[in-house]
Amino acid sequence: MQIVAGVKDISLFYHSVSCETEAIRNLSFDVEDGEFMSIVGPSGCGKSTLLSILSGLLKPTSGKVYIKEGYKTGYMLQKDHLFEWRTIFSNACLGLEIQKKLNDESKDKVHMLLEKYGLKQCESCHPSQLSGGMRQRAALIRTLATQPDILLLDEPFSALDYQTRLSVSEDISRIIRAEKKTAILVTHDISEAIALSDRVIVLSKRPAILKSEFKIDIQSDNHRQSPKFREYFDKIWKELEK
Amino acid sequence: MKNSKEQENFIRKMKKRHTMIKTCQFLFLFIFLALWEICSDTGLINKFIFASPSSILLSAIDLASDGTLFRHIFVTVFETVIGFTSGTVLGTLIAVILWWNGFISDVSEPYLVVLNSLPKTALAPIIIVWLGNNMKAIIAVALMTSIVVTVLNVLNGFNSADKDEIKLIRSFGGTKKQVLSKVVIPSSMPSFVNALKINVGLSFVGVIVGEFLTSKEGLGYMIVYNSQIFKMQNVMLSVVILCILAGLLYKAIQILENQILKRFGRQVTKFRSDS
Ligand SMILES: Nc1ncnc2c1ncn2[C@@H]1O[C@H](COP(=O)(O)OP(=O)(O)O)[C@@H](O)[C@H]1O
Ligand SMILES: [Mg+2]
Repeated sequence: MQIVAGVKDISLFYHSVSCETEAIRNLSFDVEDGEFMSIVGPSGCGKSTLLSILSGLLKPTSGKVYIKEGYKTGYMLQKDHLFEWRTIFSNACLGLEIQKKLNDESKDKVHMLLEKYGLKQCESCHPSQLSGGMRQRAALIRTLATQPDILLLDEPFSALDYQTRLSVSEDISRIIRAEKKTAILVTHDISEAIALSDRVIVLSKRPAILKSEFKIDIQSDNHRQSPKFREYFDKIWKELEK
Repeated sequence: MKNSKEQENFIRKMKKRHTMIKTCQFLFLFIFLALWEICSDTGLINKFIFASPSSILLSAIDLASDGTLFRHIFVTVFETVIGFTSGTVLGTLIAVILWWNGFISDVSEPYLVVLNSLPKTALAPIIIVWLGNNMKAIIAVALMTSIVVTVLNVLNGFNSADKDEIKLIRSFGGTKKQVLSKVVIPSSMPSFVNALKINVGLSFVGVIVGEFLTSKEGLGYMIVYNSQIFKMQNVMLSVVILCILAGLLYKAIQILENQILKRFGRQVTKFRSDS
């Protein structure tokens, strides 16, 4: 498998007049093409910061960021941030609009994505008329519409209640796999990470350093049903507790 | 769908309350006017300095018949609308500049704070000296009274735009201009509407004060002139008209507000029920 993204020895400091915050310390990892990777770590350890660095919104204080030539990243945030003053279709076109790529052809693609993922009848609805799961799906389509190669997911399910969270996370990961995207999911929810990914990276408390790495070797489609699930959970849990 | 009996009862009760409120509002006005009329007719209050509803009505008919009344009203409304619009537009533009450039914003902050607390009408004589005894000066005074509040309110709205929504635009490679147009402006519509509401009243104050000091036309002029020659019924008439105009202007803003509400959807409604 070829490596499509990674960081090497990155560190990041936030500066303010009153203090200096070390968010990330000497962190390195690679992501392979088509892989679904999760990064778990306690709240405030620097996970969002890490994704901002990967997406190019932030420059690391030191170290290198690697994104394969010609590859683009797409962001998905904790809340869906669908704008109430736009319809679902117009929300889904936001990224294209910003990148000035909105034309008949790309609009057709958005229509197609909305249809494929069951939002066709909601195209002209406003976000408040949709359920949390549908909104999250619309948010994903907004990102997919710009055709990113690597998806950066920043706790995209943590704003949902537990019931919907399970089904929405399965739903979203199925879409991501169907679109054959590489994904980096950040979360503080261990079971979510095991359920969705091929590999889990565990970060320490701030400043984030890499503690350990687990390859999730579960064959069945539903990771949660597997007896290995518990095993992985305990291992990662212990790792985080340390 | 048929409403339950309790629901029907509730609706009936609310309707009854609504009619009661309207009736009381009307009664209050009626009794006030009647008492005023009776007191001045019977000499309980001085008719010369308190006037009376009937004398106000007579002078209204008198001034309306030769058209001077409409001229005064038109002038005041015109000045207010121009002052209000330019105050809002310029204030918003300045807010955009200050949002865009944090350095300029920080530099200007103490000045804005002082200007905001300063009674702007204190500047009216200066403006009149600079711009002369004309309508330009009055509009400038109206503009002065509303512009600083607009800047502060709108800027505050701009700065409270959601950080993650901005991050979303940025993650698509959006420029600062796109952040402004796609997120910051639409999401600060509630504070913009608020600024509009405050501005109507302030521009009115500016115009009337301006007219007190200079001008040969307008309701402010009418008040000052008639009070000097002790034609109190004309003074009262001007105040009554000002009340009506204030009500109408408020209504107009409300219509505009609803228009904005519709365009920018439940966001604004949510904001209102929260507050
Ligand atoms: N813009 C910033 N300025 C200063 N400190 C920040 C900033 N953003 C985040 N931090 C700090 O950096 C640390 C990591 O933040 P973040 O990456 O958001 O954590 P996580 O996403 O893992 O919860 C936190 O302690 C946070 O307070
Ligand atoms: Mg975070």
